[in-house]
Amino acid sequence: MIEVKDLHFTYSTGIEALKGINLTVDDGEFLAVMGQNGAGKTTLVKHFNGLLKPTKGEVLVDGVSTRDVSVAKLSRNVGFVFQNPDHQLFSETVEDEIAFALKNFGFEEAVREKQVDWALNLLDVAKYRKTSPFMLSGGERKRVALASILAWDPQVIILDEPTIGQDHQQKEKLQQFILQLNAQKKTVVVVTHDVEFVAECNPRVILMSQGKILAEGMAKKVLTNPKLVAQASIVPPQITQIFLELADLGLPTDVIDVHEATKILLGRLRERQ
Amino acid sequence: MSVFEGFKFRKVSSVVHNLDPRIKFLFVTVLFVMAILFTNLLALVVLFFVPLPFVFMARVNRQWLRSLRGAAFLAIFIFATNLIFGYFYPASFQQISGSVDTLAEYLILLERAAAMTLRFVVLIASFSVFFLTTSPDHLGLALQQSHIPYEFCFAFTTAVRFVPVLADEAQTIMDAQKARGLELERGNFLKRVRNYIPILIPLIVNAIRRSLELAEAMESRAWGASEKRTNLYTLKLRRADYILVVVSVLMLALAVYVWLYVPVPSLTELLSL
Repeated sequence: MIEVKDLHFTYSTGIEALKGINLTVDDGEFLAVMGQNGAGKTTLVKHFNGLLKPTKGEVLVDGVSTRDVSVAKLSRNVGFVFQNPDHQLFSETVEDEIAFALKNFGFEEAVREKQVDWALNLLDVAKYRKTSPFMLSGGERKRVALASILAWDPQVIILDEPTIGQDHQQKEKLQQFILQLNAQKKTVVVVTHDVEFVAECNPRVILMSQGKILAEGMAKKVLTNPKLVAQASIVPPQITQIFLELADLGLPTDVIDVHEATKILLGRLRERQ
Repeated sequence: MSVFEGFKFRKVSSVVHNLDPRIKFLFVTVLFVMAILFTNLLALVVLFFVPLPFVFMARVNRQWLRSLRGAAFLAIFIFATNLIFGYFYPASFQQISGSVDTLAEYLILLERAAAMTLRFVVLIASFSVFFLTTSPDHLGLALQQSHIPYEFCFAFTTAVRFVPVLADEAQTIMDAQKARGLELERGNFLKRVRNYIPILIPLIVNAIRRSLELAEAMESRAWGASEKRTNLYTLKLRRADYILVVVSVLMLALAVYVWLYVPVPSLTELLSL
């Protein structure tokens, strides 16, 4: 469980990025952090594995303050997948890349091999085992980066903008994969701008703006509130936009799911006939 | 990576910021020459204080101190290597015949290592002032007005301009690797140096990738299409600039005079008096 208590953070440049955040992320929860550029989303989640330490307030991971533990120790339980895979890939082969963290955490060789195999298959990159990560395409590099985090099977997985630069098919796969992780009782925290992605997953959403939490609740509730989303400089999902425009016809406005929308519209059409 | 912070230009207006970059460069070069001229600790201590008034006048003390702190690691490295090599190859010292045995000889060794370290610190200190107070644009203008071909000026200003970008990137890469359990401060000296491989490789790969992208972007915007370029601004020398020229030349003359005719005592000699 991650508890954030009155978290303030100011960068050394003097920019106050977080201004009193209170938040609890339960075990096994799926949370999406949304908001405009510079709202403090990444700054917030960087506190979850101790990469940043609070200027004021505190962050507790399983009851332990992040101030008291090293990033390496926290990372054992909290995996952080960075936005750009090129910021972490350095090994000669994909296999070595995935084994890197396992070595750092002191896994034994036999366990290491097993975990590497598991992660390679999990993200469908086993055929690139001996390939240099630099030879792979953008999407594949992103998957290798993800595999290199999942390899040590952390309880909490933080993904920073996982959908950027992925084609539709990859995005779909990624979405399935994230939902699957969550179904396995992993805590998943996603930082994203991608409303459609969030609409399809329907996680709990926190909406951030200028270092503060603007609103929180299930995606269905938050993303269908046009005032709130406008304040956070995002637009509601397209389906919601349609239903908002058609509100005069007596249609519900809190629809984010395509299947639900189809059901409602079909119902209406049948009534007419 | 805080050493880069000490080279990052911030737009402030002060006497030092408004000086002509060519003259500032002359001044820093004089300091450089002086630092190379002397191997004597006392002389270098004096040199260390020369850029201080400029730091205060430009109100960049915080950033300047940060650059020194960032250079501390290299400084320690220089100190240690000088001590070790001095001990095993004492022939490089005129005052020591044979091997290093007596206390006085150890002191000479120590003083030399300290002097070499201070020489490095003086160089960092003075160049840091230069870069902290000179905008890349002014620098490019200065180079152009010194009749250096535009291609070289452009390459140079681009390199300078990308220093903060690289510094930010290095920080992100460090975070990404820390999140995979890398502990930079762990292990003996050699291990610590090796710990930086996962940082340096992505940094270099990304820099190369970015330079190729930049080249393409420039060419698609017709870089180098016009033969004769003109500038909106031109640099003109003002009174403060002339004063600094005189100060620089006098400093150099004094340094050369001292170097040639005045035997500066070493600390060990002074102490034994």
